[in-house]
Amino acid sequence: MSMIDPARLDADPPARPRRAGPRGLTPIVPRATVAGRALVAVVAIMTFLAGLTIGSVMAVRATAQAWRSDVAREVTIQIRAGDPAAVAAQVKLASELAAQTPGISAANVLTEDETARLLEPWLGTGLDLSSLPVPRIIVLRLDPAAAPDLTRLRRTLTDRIPTATLDDHRGWSRRLGAVAEGVVVTGLGLLLLVATATILSVVFATRAAVATNRTVVEVLHFVGARDGFIAAQFQRHFLRVGAEGGAIGGAAAAALFLAVALLPRFGVGGDPEAPSVFTWLHPGPWGFAGIAAAVVLMACVTALTSRLTVYRTLRAIT
Amino acid sequence: MVRFENVGLRYGMGPEVLKDVTFGIEPNSFQFLTGPSGAGKTTLMRLLFLSLRPTRGLITLFGRDVSSLDPDEVAVIRRRIGIVFQDFRLLDHLTTYENVSLPLRILGKEEPSYRGEVSEILHWVGLGDRMHVLPPVLSGGEKQRAAIARALIGRPEFLLADEPTGNVDPTLARRLLRLFVELNKSGTSVLLATHDIALMDQFDARRLVIADGRLYVYD
Ligand SMILES: Nc1ncnc2c1ncn2[C@@H]1O[C@H](COP(=O)(O)OP(=O)(O)O)[C@@H](O)[C@H]1O
Ligand SMILES: [Mg+2]
Repeated sequence: MSMIDPARLDADPPARPRRAGPRGLTPIVPRATVAGRALVAVVAIMTFLAGLTIGSVMAVRATAQAWRSDVAREVTIQIRAGDPAAVAAQVKLASELAAQTPGISAANVLTEDETARLLEPWLGTGLDLSSLPVPRIIVLRLDPAAAPDLTRLRRTLTDRIPTATLDDHRGWSRRLGAVAEGVVVTGLGLLLLVATATILSVVFATRAAVATNRTVVEVLHFVGARDGFIAAQFQRHFLRVGAEGGAIGGAAAAALFLAVALLPRFGVGGDPEAPSVFTWLHPGPWGFAGIAAAVVLMACVTALTSRLTVYRTLRAIT
Repeated sequence: MVRFENVGLRYGMGPEVLKDVTFGIEPNSFQFLTGPSGAGKTTLMRLLFLSLRPTRGLITLFGRDVSSLDPDEVAVIRRRIGIVFQDFRLLDHLTTYENVSLPLRILGKEEPSYRGEVSEILHWVGLGDRMHVLPPVLSGGEKQRAAIARALIGRPEFLLADEPTGNVDPTLARRLLRLFVELNKSGTSVLLATHDIALMDQFDARRLVIADGRLYVYD
């Protein structure tokens, strides 16, 4: 504007150089008018819950997977008790049949001692098994590369030895899989609830912030600001709130899982004979990646929700 | 530039504040808008500034029928209009400098690019040494001038000023009037609302007078 003219209202000396503000310009929407602390806490708690859910679900999945593949590597043949000589012959025949089946790498007949040890938890020590009708057990190791035809083996076995049964633990494995799936579905449900609660909190906080800054919004409209510009002024605060809360909650969840992983090294809860969360609650790298993703997602959801809420509130005003 | 045809406005279910208002404003023109307090001057300003929609009649601004504008188009049209509110509407948490530069900031301009320009206009309205104070510290007259500077910084084609001399002593009022006349000479249309007859007598210009909800034009 070429306004260096007689209409100048003052006779001030030329402009002092503008004090270079080290922190730049004041935010148009004052930071203090956004419900910062409370919302950071809410987002932190929600991210923590999401992190715990993700970590636990990943741990359950990994554990179930490991158990299932352990189980899948073995099948057992049981031969019902009877006349000792006949049973010995049946055991021998069964071992041979199994050994001839491609895909079975070893057939190991449990000795009476080993069988007794398996039964110890139920029957106590020092038992003389010869007086009890205890079945004989043959453990077959499966070759993980080539899947043996267990159906055929079962048919041959039961044809030749009516007292033999083949247990491939499939039912157990299937039930374990169902449980793991159930945990995953429950986890997804929890994540959905956590996301909903977060979005609602951000919506309320944003509406409150817009209401508090009504004058600011009005003035911005009057000087010709687009709704997008106004929304961005709010969004930057909420992005920060979301990032802070997310980082705190995510770090807390990760720290909890790390503690579970590391405590056994310091002699806490690492006893393999007394299984506890310490032996299986390990989210693994994907679990930790999931927690990190939850943090980023929380920040984005917070920012985006506030932006959309500002848009909707502005449309409602005009 | 502006065209009102049979415009009527009522607030809610109340009586018509403006009735059958028909007039036009040409580029490069200067006019006073006058009438007793409560006549509807601010209401007319708000219609011109698109913060109110007429209850009947047609308003054309810069060749656009205002009833057909979407919010983004309203924003763009407002950038071509500068407005000085009766109650200033400065933001108390921003310095005078930041308040005045707001119309440039919302365009996404970087602060260093407009620093000189804002500083110049602040000196022009006599606020050179008040740049970095917050509005609550300013006197009524200083706020008035900050509001004027903010209205001018975007180089509007059309300046609306609602009682801009209402809060200042007669001497400053005269100087502000000179400022608006000066601005008009540099190519901006000015509509200056006032009920100060003495002020209007100082400059011979077209007068729009509101009485009983009707608008009378004295060229
Ligand atoms: N927001 C509003 N709601 C209802 N009535 C209003 C509103 N604003 C102004 N009025 C009424 O409209 C009339 C004109 O007001 P206004 O335009 O402010 O007059 P002026 O600026 O000439 O003093 C007055 O009677 C006032 O009471
Ligand atoms: Mg008024």
